[in-house]
Amino acid sequence: MSDMQTLYLMVPLAPLAGAILAGLFGKTIGRAGSHVVTILGVAIAFVLSIVIYQDVQAGNTFNGTIYTWATSGNLKLEVGFLIDQLTVMMMLVVSFVSLMVHVYTIGYMHDDPGYQRFFSYISLFTFSMLMLVMSNNFLQLFFGWEAVGLVSYLLIGFWYTRPTAIYANMKAFLVNRVGDFGFLLGIGLVAANTGSLNYAEVFAQADQLAAKSIELFPGSPWLLITVICICLFIGAMGKSAQVPLHVWLPDSMEGPTPISALIHAATMVTAGIFMVARMSPLFELSDTALSFVLVIGATTALFMGFLGIIQNDIKRVVAYSTLSQLGYMTVALGVSAYSAAVFHLMTHAFFKALLFLGAGSVIIGMHHDQDMRNMGGLWKYMPITWITSLFGSLALIGFPFLSGFYSKDSIIEAVHFSHIPGAGYAYFCVIAGVFVTAFYSFRMYFLVFHGKERFGQPHDGHHDHHGDHEDEEVSHDHHHGLAPGQKPHESPWVVTVPLVLLAIPSVIIGFMTIEPMLMGEWFKGVIHMSEAHPVMEELASEFHGPVAMALHGFTTLPFMLAMAGVVIAWFFYMIAPGIPAAIQRIFKPIYLLLENKYFFDRFNEIFIAGGARLLGKGLWKGGDGMLIDGVAVNGTAALVGKVSRLSRLIQTGHIYQYAFVMIIGVFLLLTFWFTG
Amino acid sequence: MNFVVPNFAPAYAELFVAAMGVVILLVAVFLKQSARPFAYLASLATLLGAAFITWYTMDGQVSYTFGNMYIDDLMGDVLKLMVYFAMAVTLLYSRGYLTDRKMDRPEYFVLATFATLGMMVMISANHLLTVYVGLEMLSLSLYALVAFDRDSARSTEAAMKYFVLGALASGLLLYGMSMVYGATGSLELSGIAQAIYHQAGNRTVLLFGLVFLMAGIAFKLGVVPFHMWVPDVYHGAPTAVTLLISTAPKLAAFAMTMRLLVNGLFELADQWQAMLMFLAIGSIVLGNIAAVAQSNIKRMLAYSGISHMGFMLLGLLSGVVDGDSRLALNAYGSAMFYAVVYVLMSLAAFGMVILLSRAGFEAENIDDFKGLNKRSPWFAAMMMFVMFSMAGVPFFVGFFAKLAVLQAAVAAGYVWLAVLAVMMSLIGAFYYLRVVKVMYFDDPLDASPISASADLKLVLSANGLAIAVFGLMPSQLIESCVAALAGSF
Repeated sequence: MSDMQTLYLMVPLAPLAGAILAGLFGKTIGRAGSHVVTILGVAIAFVLSIVIYQDVQAGNTFNGTIYTWATSGNLKLEVGFLIDQLTVMMMLVVSFVSLMVHVYTIGYMHDDPGYQRFFSYISLFTFSMLMLVMSNNFLQLFFGWEAVGLVSYLLIGFWYTRPTAIYANMKAFLVNRVGDFGFLLGIGLVAANTGSLNYAEVFAQADQLAAKSIELFPGSPWLLITVICICLFIGAMGKSAQVPLHVWLPDSMEGPTPISALIHAATMVTAGIFMVARMSPLFELSDTALSFVLVIGATTALFMGFLGIIQNDIKRVVAYSTLSQLGYMTVALGVSAYSAAVFHLMTHAFFKALLFLGAGSVIIGMHHDQDMRNMGGLWKYMPITWITSLFGSLALIGFPFLSGFYSKDSIIEAVHFSHIPGAGYAYFCVIAGVFVTAFYSFRMYFLVFHGKERFGQPHDGHHDHHGDHEDEEVSHDHHHGLAPGQKPHESPWVVTVPLVLLAIPSVIIGFMTIEPMLMGEWFKGVIHMSEAHPVMEELASEFHGPVAMALHGFTTLPFMLAMAGVVIAWFFYMIAPGIPAAIQRIFKPIYLLLENKYFFDRFNEIFIAGGARLLGKGLWKGGDGMLIDGVAVNGTAALVGKVSRLSRLIQTGHIYQYAFVMIIGVFLLLTFWFTG
Repeated sequence: MNFVVPNFAPAYAELFVAAMGVVILLVAVFLKQSARPFAYLASLATLLGAAFITWYTMDGQVSYTFGNMYIDDLMGDVLKLMVYFAMAVTLLYSRGYLTDRKMDRPEYFVLATFATLGMMVMISANHLLTVYVGLEMLSLSLYALVAFDRDSARSTEAAMKYFVLGALASGLLLYGMSMVYGATGSLELSGIAQAIYHQAGNRTVLLFGLVFLMAGIAFKLGVVPFHMWVPDVYHGAPTAVTLLISTAPKLAAFAMTMRLLVNGLFELADQWQAMLMFLAIGSIVLGNIAAVAQSNIKRMLAYSGISHMGFMLLGLLSGVVDGDSRLALNAYGSAMFYAVVYVLMSLAAFGMVILLSRAGFEAENIDDFKGLNKRSPWFAAMMMFVMFSMAGVPFFVGFFAKLAVLQAAVAAGYVWLAVLAVMMSLIGAFYYLRVVKVMYFDDPLDASPISASADLKLVLSANGLAIAVFGLMPSQLIESCVAALAGSF
């Protein structure tokens, strides 16, 4: 194994070691010990990622197997790494955001009894995510995929004494199961038709795949590649929370805030985007699949944004904005602008982690009160949080020169240039989405940081309180919101330093990297774009440097819309707070629709969950209880037991009988061969 | 008469073990009571020395000596190394057990050394008489060992049964040998093979001989219907001896099967494969079903051993398909892998029985394993590894052993046989998992902590972990089994 291979291996293993130490020996090494080992592990991963990044930039990519787990026929089940520009970018983002979140957690989880467990989980998550992005084959991808799903389940239900948390983690798990089913079908189809799970080998056969067709229903042939891509994308829909498999993400806010930042904003949910970008050689061959991706993404981008407008829980606003931004990334995938999707993934990871951690900092300052109606005027008390959140919000709405501007504007332009079916609808959605994004982001910003100070009043808000303090709820009210007269205060340095460190890339990363990443050759040979979809080339031909692009950005429609959103938010929530209430009254049906999240949850509960329970009950009583348990299991078990007791009788202990059996054996063998 | 000094080089290890056996016997006679560890240490040293010799003379070449009566090849060398290893572990496990019961007389170690020599001779035999000499040397040592606890009625009864039935089996084997000799005019295995190839001799006589040879082999392997001695002897013998019988001799029996059937009678593969199938089905079915009703763990392991030997035969009977022997190497390799894995698991299983026993108390019943997790979570986990592995739960080495032989059977076209074997191993899973269940979910009958010497605990832990570790990386072990056989035919 070469030196570089050892480094590659150490990147995921360092966080794993941290997770194991903190998880299994957390009691022994204590709280400080736990955060030291996990942070050390992630820091090692981050530093090594930088080293590998420099190596990749020097032109050394790697694609090879580290360990062969098992071989079944021609199918090899392997652990291997594919280290290229896309991987190394993901490694940097994942390990950096994770490192920030680790540090931040010291402050956020300070009083929590599950401190060690929490560190162990987030390190385990980092390991899983790194395995996912570094994989060179579908099996390992699936391993990472499921592992991040598992850790997400554990973390959403981190405060496992709260029924809402348990409900939310079950929901996340079940919804992801639907997506994973599709994903597994896609992988199965790939393995069945190419005989390999290795990316490079599969991509080499992509053209043969494109020539095949498959009859899903008798008489209606489908292109195999389309079926494969849609199946894979269904997996991405689950993990990246696209309509209609998005329902788990808002509920996942039941987990502690650092997790929302790490998993449900910056990294795990982008796994689907990453996967599709990685599979670009396959997706490029199917316009149908791309259109499907595009329409789903556009719908998510716009309609999930609407939901953000009416939320009062600070974390839920950020959650819906995540959904909407994931929609943008998906749209970019749909128009073959994979590099734009990945670019937005990266910038989004920084500013969304920033926004989430900022929200967490506000929550700490508010003593775990998450209701924005109880905030206001916090800028005075939490200056660092205020400034960094402002930068985060500006980046999110795509203010020129900030990172979000470059990525989002590129996506909008790419949609503009695209001609595949659904591009018109998508263009409308992403443009309208800009306004919506600006509106809800600044609604949140103004409600939290400006205006009248509404804290310190009696209320009944949503709490991000700590699980084992349940019984204190009655006696110590100050744990869940500020007591009258109490003022919020700025968070400790372990919280604010990550905010500042995340604010820096949120501001500059777009400006710095758009030229090489998006317009240049960075992803050449990694992301495949067919000549039928020349979106990125057209984009590049219009590009005259980041400064020119930003200056031009001030004159474009998206900028106008964004500014309109900000101004209207300012007017509604700062100047004339009566208007939103009036609108809410007038458009009652629409408000109800939004408040019930388009009735997705209701539909799922009644039809899907209800139907599944009905079916399950029928199978349980009839199939399992009577047939399987009654006849098959207990019946055969009783039979075996009976035969077994009989067989004991043969073993009499009499030696002459033993000898007799032997002679019979010889006799049987003889007659067998001389008569038949 | 012209006497040529034979080439001793291929048999250095055997000569060394024989000499050491005699030395230990003689020295021990003159040693006082207090010098008892001598025999133990000396026999371990013998195994170690033999391992050195075998290791350094292992060259992958096939060489014959003593007028072609004796063969030294890679398969033999590898199997011998395994035998040394299994015997060394057996002695390590046994020592505390014997000391506790005042049975640590030097004779035990002398007999174990001569049993090792017998096995080595069986493994390297290239002549019917050499096979027989090795077999008898092993068997006589084992008869004496079973009766080692002279005052125990059960022990002596078991020894008596073993001896009488063993004599009968030896008779059958000799009878078979004489007929094969009569039909082919040769006692040397390669000579027999050539004679059959040239269609010499009376085929009826030859097949008669084959049936009787098969009876002898089946007795040694302990497969149905020549298995009746197995539960009684395993149960009656002191656990240390049961441990010995159930491990290394299985490797020797495997070697004997390979020598007689593959080296000698390969041309009759169609016939003996069908016979092995008969034996295999009987063993897998009866072994698994009868084990379900056992409450004594030694008896349960005896029946489990019968079924495991049946599984091992699945590999041996899948070598030749319609006269085509291309699959043979893989099939026999899988059988050898199975035998090796079985020995590894059996060592750990009986090692656990020894671990839980102490002076005046035999942990013979499954109930004695109740609540082991509360007494020692570590060894409960080790026993769980062993049971899972024996049951064939994936990612323990036993799973890959089963997989290998089943693959061989399927490759040879015996899908129905593989299905039957899998269904029977499902039944088998019940009694293995029952042990796991009582360890983890029942309350202990006695809560005293486990007292055992550090070396026993250490080696047993390593043994249990090996089962898990080889389960994660089984390919090397499989490949070395195939490679060992590659030079032999």
